[in-house]
Amino acid sequence: MFTLLSGNEAFARGAYEANVKVVSSYPGTPSTEITENLKNYPTIYAEWAVNEKVALEVAAGASLAGKRAMTCMKHVGLNVAADPLMTLSYTGVNGGLVIIVCDDPGMHSSQNEQDSRNFARFSKLPMIEPSDSMEAKEYLIQAYELSEKFECPVFIRSTTRLSHSKSTVELKEKIITEEKNIEINPDKWVMVPANAKKRHIIVEERLKQLQIFFESAEINKIELNSKNMGFICSGIIYQYIKEVFPDASIFKLASVYPLPIKRIKEFLTKVKNTYVLEELDPFLERELRAEGLTIISTKRPICGELSPDIIKNIFLKNKNAIKNPYKNLPARPPNLCAGCAHRGIFYAINKLKLFVTGDIGCYTLGYLSPLNSIHSCVCMGASISMSHGIDKATGGYSSKNTVAVIGDSTFLHTGINGLINAVYNKGCSTIIILDNRTTAMTGHQDNPATGITLKGDPTYKLNFVELAKALGIKNVATIDPTDVEKCITILKEETNKDELSLIITTRACLYADRSVISNPYSILWDKCTGCKVCLKLGCPAISFNVEKNRPSIDMTLCTGCTLCVKVCKFSAISEYTTNDD
Amino acid sequence: MMTNLLMVGVGGQGIIWASDILSEVALQSNYDVKKNEIHGMSQRGGAVVSHIRIGNKVHAPIISEGTADFIISFEKMEFLRYIEYINNNTILLLNTQVIYPLSVTSGEAAYPNDLIEKGIKKFTKVYQLNALKLAISVGNPRVISSVILGALSVFLPFSFSVWENTIINRAPKNTSSINIKGFNKGTEVIKSSL
Repeated sequence: MFTLLSGNEAFARGAYEANVKVVSSYPGTPSTEITENLKNYPTIYAEWAVNEKVALEVAAGASLAGKRAMTCMKHVGLNVAADPLMTLSYTGVNGGLVIIVCDDPGMHSSQNEQDSRNFARFSKLPMIEPSDSMEAKEYLIQAYELSEKFECPVFIRSTTRLSHSKSTVELKEKIITEEKNIEINPDKWVMVPANAKKRHIIVEERLKQLQIFFESAEINKIELNSKNMGFICSGIIYQYIKEVFPDASIFKLASVYPLPIKRIKEFLTKVKNTYVLEELDPFLERELRAEGLTIISTKRPICGELSPDIIKNIFLKNKNAIKNPYKNLPARPPNLCAGCAHRGIFYAINKLKLFVTGDIGCYTLGYLSPLNSIHSCVCMGASISMSHGIDKATGGYSSKNTVAVIGDSTFLHTGINGLINAVYNKGCSTIIILDNRTTAMTGHQDNPATGITLKGDPTYKLNFVELAKALGIKNVATIDPTDVEKCITILKEETNKDELSLIITTRACLYADRSVISNPYSILWDKCTGCKVCLKLGCPAISFNVEKNRPSIDMTLCTGCTLCVKVCKFSAISEYTTNDD
Repeated sequence: MMTNLLMVGVGGQGIIWASDILSEVALQSNYDVKKNEIHGMSQRGGAVVSHIRIGNKVHAPIISEGTADFIISFEKMEFLRYIEYINNNTILLLNTQVIYPLSVTSGEAAYPNDLIEKGIKKFTKVYQLNALKLAISVGNPRVISSVILGALSVFLPFSFSVWENTIINRAPKNTSSINIKGFNKGTEVIKSSL
């Protein structure tokens, strides 16, 4: 049976067909939907972990127990998981273990554009890259065979375009795999130096064997057409080349590490003018040049995604490229939703002109005008640690006008470590946990503070106030983030203290709890003076009517959060009635 | 044969749902299909574009400049962002519903009515409809996507029964009949304008 699946849906289906038993992941665009789709497969235990390091360790445990295991993450998530990764390369696996890592060339939803293929070489583990959804599913199944054959974790690499593109997939039956028991083998699994020294030798030998294996592996495909123009490529770039140069010869790599060098050499003898075409780092190019192969570089950009159009421009110097004369249209940048729980506290922060260390999540959008309330954003959890650094660097002086903002899920990911560190080292920063009860930016996943598991079962619900008390934090405040006056009062009080303060906001994301939505509001024309203070909230539901010189509220967008009512000094906003225009 | 369609508009308008339906209908009609859109940050009220490619064998999931056969604009100005994709034969299907961008609502920029006028003239074939009003007329403002699909179906070689089955399978519970009504409304309005 053929069906249309996104790359991510196909990975999930592949996990089912490969008889995977345990999946643990942390959400991150563009990888989130792989694990999210596992809700639909009752034979797989799947969970949201608190972070990628924990997720990989859970998967490693399941592998040690003899079961096929998987973890999926975005590229920057792999940095968090790097610690167990590097040593799991030494221990190897028992049940098959696959790590799906999704890169984001073009940074559609990321803070950097790192190329995860470097991690394959760094950790000396094989990496396989599919080029469409069908391959996503099939290569995942083959990755498990490879993982068990060579007793090592195997990487599958995806990119945003692959993960989020839909193409046809043939669904097959679940395969039957050998049942293994837990492996009791301390020499392999206890990485004290004496054992690790022996394992390192095995790692190096394994890499040689993997290279030999990939020389003849069918997943590396040669398409011999033109004798004058050839490409070496992998992943979605293969599809782009087929589009632009249908007659070219192609060495389509599935194993991006290690490379089948001998076969590529052979290909080069058959095709003159062979180019390496890849996105992001010149990874394949450097590997091939290091082996002394004669390949042609392209003047492709290192930054950003490729596309068929960009490839045409590189090779064909497409002078007739069409220019869009309308590039200066009013933009539609992503924005906090109408009724977003974060808007009120950002308005208060902006009023007090505080310096804000930010973090990764929807609230990073507080950086945008008119809220302008984020001054740094580096990685998950950095808000808290960086505010502590500012505090210590300025002898406590700057902490009087600095706050850290971090979401509930991000706090539990790696913010909690920074908080414990700040308490231990007698910091006096002010930290705000923006608890909107969901992992919002990645599409509303549950986390340990929501009380629901990935599979939808009720579970223990972490209580931030109790946690703060247990850590020994004396100054703990909870506030409704739409209560601007109270936000201002509490922010003033807490930033002025010579001790660490933790503020927890208490309003749910509209998508986590639809009951926060109430009747829309509208402007009372006779009372409104046109002062525009409501526009400083940056709410998508409020617009300025130039002809009438007054703002107006779009009742189809307004969710009745009443934030604008609270900032209006003229009582000119009230609940919508049918008498309003 | 290759048909390239760009569905463009604003996050929350149902573009991804509509492109899913279209892709499924094409697959059920025995074509190869690929489609792509970027989700993530753009969900938050940003500009959304879905590329759908239908043919005997499709490689790239994204459309090249100058090769769009259709631009289906779910919002009145959004097609302007994608003019580089059109050629002399591109059909513009335009929902005349207006959604103001933040810079317009805040009073910093004006909604580009003049550019929309100019942009429309770049197409030799333009079909306009107000899908929001038509959706309301059949009883539910949320079926905009079905109205637009119904309008689009006039130009595509897929049978009504395949559209109908796919929409029934994919529409939220209890909304399949209203979605089919909306679909039929869209078809009717375009057919009467031909």
